[in-house]
Amino acid sequence: MAISRDDVLHVAGLGRLDLSEDEIGRLEGQLNAILEAVSKVSELDLSDVPPTSHPLAVVNVLAADEPRPSLPLEDVFANAPARDGDHFNVPPSAT
Amino acid sequence: MPEWEPVIGLEIHVQLKTRTKMFCRCEAGFGGEPNARTCPVCLAHPGALPVANEQAIEWTVKLGLALGCAIAPRAVFHRKNYFYPDLPKGYQISQYDEPLCTDGRFVVPGADGDAEVGIVRAHLEEDAAKTIHVGGATGRIVGAAHSNVDFNRGGTPLVEIVTRPDLHTAEDAKRFLQLLRQTIVELGISDAEMEKGTLRADANVSVREVGETAFRTRTELKNMNSFNHIARGIEAEVRRQIELWESGGEVVQQTLDYEVKSDTVTPRRSKEEADDYRYFPEPDLVPLEPASELIDRLRGELPELPGARIRRFEPKLGLASAQVIVSGGLSSAYESLVDAGVPERDASNWLANEFSALGADPGQIAIAEMAKVLLIPGLTRDARREATAASISDGFSAAGFIDRVAVADTSELEPLVERILAESPGQVETYRAGKQGVLGYFVGQVMKETGGQADPKVVNELLLQKLGS
Amino acid sequence: MIDTLRLTAEEAMAMLERGDVSGAELRAAYRAAIEARDPELHCFLTLVDGDACDGVPIALKDVIGTKGVRTTAGSKILDDYVPVYDSTVAERCKAAGLQLLGKTNTDEFAMGSSTENSAYGPTRNPWDLERVPGGSGGGSAAAVSAGLAPWALGSDTGGSIKQPSALCGNVGLRPTYGTVSRYGIVAFASSLDQVGPVARTVRDCARLYGIISGRDECDSTTVEVPPVELPKTVDLEGIRVGVPTELNEAEGIERGVAEAVRQAIDLAAELGADVGECSLPRSVEYGLPCYYLIAPAEASSNLARYDGVRYSPRVDADDYYAMAARTRNEGFGDEPKRRIMLGTYALSAGYYEAYYGQAQKVRTVIGQEFADAFERYDVLVSPTSPTVAFPLGERTADPVAMYLADVLAIPPNMAGLPSMSIPCGLSEGLPVGLQLIGPQFSENRLFAVGHALEQAIDFDTVPERLR
Ligand SMILES: [Mg+2]
Ligand SMILES: [Zn+2]
Repeated sequence: MAISRDDVLHVAGLGRLDLSEDEIGRLEGQLNAILEAVSKVSELDLSDVPPTSHPLAVVNVLAADEPRPSLPLEDVFANAPARDGDHFNVPPSAT
Repeated sequence: MPEWEPVIGLEIHVQLKTRTKMFCRCEAGFGGEPNARTCPVCLAHPGALPVANEQAIEWTVKLGLALGCAIAPRAVFHRKNYFYPDLPKGYQISQYDEPLCTDGRFVVPGADGDAEVGIVRAHLEEDAAKTIHVGGATGRIVGAAHSNVDFNRGGTPLVEIVTRPDLHTAEDAKRFLQLLRQTIVELGISDAEMEKGTLRADANVSVREVGETAFRTRTELKNMNSFNHIARGIEAEVRRQIELWESGGEVVQQTLDYEVKSDTVTPRRSKEEADDYRYFPEPDLVPLEPASELIDRLRGELPELPGARIRRFEPKLGLASAQVIVSGGLSSAYESLVDAGVPERDASNWLANEFSALGADPGQIAIAEMAKVLLIPGLTRDARREATAASISDGFSAAGFIDRVAVADTSELEPLVERILAESPGQVETYRAGKQGVLGYFVGQVMKETGGQADPKVVNELLLQKLGS
Repeated sequence: MIDTLRLTAEEAMAMLERGDVSGAELRAAYRAAIEARDPELHCFLTLVDGDACDGVPIALKDVIGTKGVRTTAGSKILDDYVPVYDSTVAERCKAAGLQLLGKTNTDEFAMGSSTENSAYGPTRNPWDLERVPGGSGGGSAAAVSAGLAPWALGSDTGGSIKQPSALCGNVGLRPTYGTVSRYGIVAFASSLDQVGPVARTVRDCARLYGIISGRDECDSTTVEVPPVELPKTVDLEGIRVGVPTELNEAEGIERGVAEAVRQAIDLAAELGADVGECSLPRSVEYGLPCYYLIAPAEASSNLARYDGVRYSPRVDADDYYAMAARTRNEGFGDEPKRRIMLGTYALSAGYYEAYYGQAQKVRTVIGQEFADAFERYDVLVSPTSPTVAFPLGERTADPVAMYLADVLAIPPNMAGLPSMSIPCGLSEGLPVGLQLIGPQFSENRLFAVGHALEQAIDFDTVPERLR
């Protein structure tokens, strides 16, 4: 299952990476090499094996519905690249 | 011309009124300076981790039980991955193939029996933040100069309810939503107000020829923020689809916005990236396994459901009034008035008409005193209006109204009626010529002379009797 | 005169208690060592001048969030990021009075095995400046081995504590998943990330683990842990030591490495351990591919938050999507981009079952294989890394070759098991690491076995060129 240039572009779109031309070319080769190596997992027939999404069998870890202090505004915006009053300022986003 | 059957399913989002957010302990709910209710978790700072809100989970289970759902022995949170400025982590923590509540049924009492709406699922997720689009020539999103983001709402617990396509008219959809809303409000888990956005509903709409068993292509209808808009939006979309099919066209799957002013639907500007949410189990959270003791406890706490209550009120009130009382949130006021001796119909008429006109909170009614007022025979309309207005003010007493009864004694009214008829031979002529409407004029005259103190019913009878002779 | 090359944290603690030395004097000694050797090693990305605490000094890997102290995760996208909150482990270090020396170099977002993927330049191996210290935690490992810090914290997703410890001649513990809080740790792969200690002795390792471990209400995946027992015993009577064939005979294991490990195993037998062979057929063969599906998939999601809205330098554009895409493309280096691409692909429509879904099932298989092995053995042993420290630049052009550096360290990680690397000798004049693997929550047993072997092996942790 080889990765085409179109796949690279599609995935870069999903991952929001504005890749340069030569990056696209390089990644196409590298991803194919890596995928070939990792595709090894499909050799195994694990149809009846349950997946592990967690190393520990812990359940129902919950917090009581009691407010804790939020951050002071100066901390909220301490690392903000652009601020408009008490809002984070971003370029227009279409829904 | 074939006969068309609309097929409607709803997707409802309900903001829970927990004190804190779903995955952090910032205060939830309205109020607060922009971004003042945020922390490393709901701002998605590097390294911050979610911790699930126990109250939100219990309330979701409770709602699931009220919707007749099965509560999953094991539920899992998934990450729904996509980019948007109001989604700080770049993914929404939601539920995917292992939701908390599945496969329920919600009963909406109707004239021709109960309409049963299947519930596919009810799951828990987090709300997005608020993006305010600033500037731009038209002020419309596309032309916006920039966007401002307020993360206060981000992370508020949100229950998503998905129904089966069991609804077939816009009216049914509206009535379903009103009853669902009332149920949610009575469970005490959300104020579920569409205006505030704490209750939001999208509709999946398709049409098919009556008798057709397969579904045709459906569209998703958004941006409707009142029960009436939902009904009108669905009607507009149904019209559009029928016209399309009948003109030999094809309905294409798409998301549409309902524009209230033009009463039309318009396609949404689609994101440049095709949706591919790449769901996978949220590794920062552990699975939920609601204990059977918890489920039993919550089931025990369930109140009588509005649907059942409508059926209980129906024999005395008739279906329509029962629906108004229950979906209008007037049930307990109604029952208290009846307990205080007010006849069912009188109580329901007063609540549904006179009281509702005030737009006041029925919880405020001084029930005992108002019941006395409603029981005064032949109270004048003005007195009744005053009493209604005063019924929610504290210290309200029926005492001042007992003597303000209308004159119903014919011996007092008869001479007056005769005089008025004698004084206006012309009108009497027109009446006798068949213009029944003139009766109103005579009634008005009598009421005027008695300063509104006459009982209109009695006056009517007298007039008819005299004019008939 | 304090010899930071030899002073253990335990000794430093004792000196402070006796009043033989002040916290300020200790700090000064390490700062002097840093000024003398860090210019050539480049272990530190940020140095901290003065600290509220005055206990034993410590260095923290730069993925560990520190309130008010720049935390870059080795990435340009966090170049100017100063956390407004402390990670739980940083908080616990403070509570224990440990004074922060600075933040150590790491592969960008802890993605790498040589620290060459750091956006701020590589760290060099104190044993041979032309070689890598391993990674991603090369900064912490090199700092400890060069006496720039008595101990340090690292993070281990696919070997980032164990492998650099092996290549630098330190003791490094990757604890049981869930025993140390991840709150405030710049996330790489959430179901694998674990913070752990890097030190010069097993006892120091145990002490530091005792300070940072335990349930944290801010991390839903943490649990209570049994109290830490400082190891004393020097024999291995009654301990059943398993030698997994595949982990010890995997292709690519250098002869010198195999030899040093073999000698350590013989020593274990002399110390009274019952040594036997066992097998983990699929864990080793499929562990690495499994890891390189799960870790990038989770990483692709964990790195989505860097969109230039709330922090990180922004590359502007006239709409949000373009701004985010440019900010990310300029801010991330090649390795994070590779993993975002790989992980996004592995999760995308149509491929989930074949890749991420299948990898999660392989994880179950690996867990089962280890569980079976632990029916018969108390600990399993193997080399930590197939090779000693390799030359700078040797593998940077070949991602797959670089990934192979962790082929032996990854399998226990997939099962959430604790594992520890201790130095067991030299090959070509470079340190060799012995990996000890135990069942979940068996840290105390690893400390005991590690301590006994450590005493018997008597490895000199000071790099020859610095003696
Ligand atoms: Mg939703
Ligand atoms: Zn918060």
